[in-house]
Amino acid sequence: MLYVQSLTKSFDGFKAVNNANLDVQQGEIVAVIGPNGAGKTTLFNLITGILKPDSGHVLFKGEDITGLSSHEVCRKHISRSFQIVNVFNRLTVFENTQISILSRERRTWNLVTPSSKLAVDETNELLKNVGLFEKKDRTSSTLSHGDRKVLDIAMALGVNPQFLILDEPTAGMSPEETTRCIDLILGLREKFGLTILFCEHDMEIVFRIASRIMVMVRGATIIQDTCNEVRRNQVVQDAYLGESDVCLM
Amino acid sequence: MAMGTLSRRNRIWWIAAIVIPCLAPIALPRFYVYLFSIILLFGLLATSNDFPLGFGGIYQFHHAVFYGVGAYGTALTIMKSGLSPWLAFIIGPLIAAFLSLVMGIICIRLSKLYFGMLQISVGSLVWVVVYRWYSFTGGDNGIYDITVPDILSSYQGAYYFTLIITGISLYLMYRILKSPYGSVLQGIRDNPVRSAMMGINVKRHQLLALIIAGFFAGVAGTLFVVVDNTVFPDMLFWTFSLEATIMCLLGGWLTFLGPLLGAAIIVVIRTFASTYTVYWGLVLSIIFVLVIFFLPNGILGWIQELYQRRTKLAEVKE
Repeated sequence: MLYVQSLTKSFDGFKAVNNANLDVQQGEIVAVIGPNGAGKTTLFNLITGILKPDSGHVLFKGEDITGLSSHEVCRKHISRSFQIVNVFNRLTVFENTQISILSRERRTWNLVTPSSKLAVDETNELLKNVGLFEKKDRTSSTLSHGDRKVLDIAMALGVNPQFLILDEPTAGMSPEETTRCIDLILGLREKFGLTILFCEHDMEIVFRIASRIMVMVRGATIIQDTCNEVRRNQVVQDAYLGESDVCLM
Repeated sequence: MAMGTLSRRNRIWWIAAIVIPCLAPIALPRFYVYLFSIILLFGLLATSNDFPLGFGGIYQFHHAVFYGVGAYGTALTIMKSGLSPWLAFIIGPLIAAFLSLVMGIICIRLSKLYFGMLQISVGSLVWVVVYRWYSFTGGDNGIYDITVPDILSSYQGAYYFTLIITGISLYLMYRILKSPYGSVLQGIRDNPVRSAMMGINVKRHQLLALIIAGFFAGVAGTLFVVVDNTVFPDMLFWTFSLEATIMCLLGGWLTFLGPLLGAAIIVVIRTFASTYTVYWGLVLSIIFVLVIFFLPNGILGWIQELYQRRTKLAEVKE
């Protein structure tokens, strides 16, 4: 479904992403792992048009989407959540989600009809799906961190994606919130038939839910393979796993 | 019960807000009626400034250009073309909106402070043209004794016209902010990257906000022509833009009625301060500094905060 071919991006000579390769098949859950600063978020930014790559290609369903701007990428049914919570702080939970749905329905140029009469049922439905319905009238900045992360995911879902990119969905969450969030993601995937690409520091989660794993070190792809192969791979153990305290076996 | 008294109190406020401005010209002397007209049209100017500033997150720092160009557009159409003044009242704002589109296309490629700085520069070019082009705009003399329709030539007529047009304009802007476009615009203010990732073309939505703001600034400029029958280049000068921005900040730039309140306060202070001192700029900058330090969300924003804190306390007690 998604192919990334030798993607490269440098900032002032520093190669943040250097020859990254990735493929994601329809219906898969693929994890990107790597030490801090490996270029995972930059890779996601390149795929979603927030940054423009220096070289390389991104193909989505056979179509070249390299260098498209974010809103065009979104129209191809790719959506994402962010590592650092990225919601509309001064708006309510309901409004945050509603904007996403209005955007999908291409109603953003409507200057006449009050928003309060549009896409209300759908927004409520989506909020029920992610479990934020009771908090829909709260200003999003007053939510707990975990709820804001979930709201971020809800906003990504509002545009009806086929392909969902999650940048550290559980970062900064308590263990209970993490469990809830992962169950939520898996449930949503079932329900909407999503293909998911995510990155995560919690190896337990990665090995539990990912069907394949891509390992990045210093901007480059080392390997992309099934969990077992990645576990066994000597280069990965040396380059990445050896440095951290995370026990994989 | 609590809801009942609240809505009754609200109704009294609404009735007062409608009746008092309508009766003002009957009860008040000419000077105060003029002052009320100025407050209304400056309120409209400040609200239209706040449309991109407080609701679109666009640093609209040189808003007076569109106000001045709207006023000049109306005045020149009346004086030079021989068209009906009523027609000129529409042409003026449309010229302002068009200028806003052109300047918007130039400036919108930059964001935040850089946008504001570029807008001040480009806007100052417009000011120079108006200021120096003696044969067309009258240069620093401006244009005097602009003929308006008979019904508007009395000060009461001008006042009622200003009141009605300001009311309609504010209502229209309010409706736009409550529409899907308005929601999206506020989303862009809070987080442009996120908005783009939701399939929204950020720059185009911002450009429309600038055009709408330019149009209503032009309407305010036209109202000034009706009330004062003059135009002069200072209307486009950047210090006046600063004044409009301070009105927004003082009243509460994240609230809809804040800029109107800010305009009322600034106009009243200026009117009475000018009888004591010529250093109006100094007074204004002191107000500006005080607002930034003590009321970062403006007066209405502060009241809103107090109100929210009180309701939250009540919830906790329950």
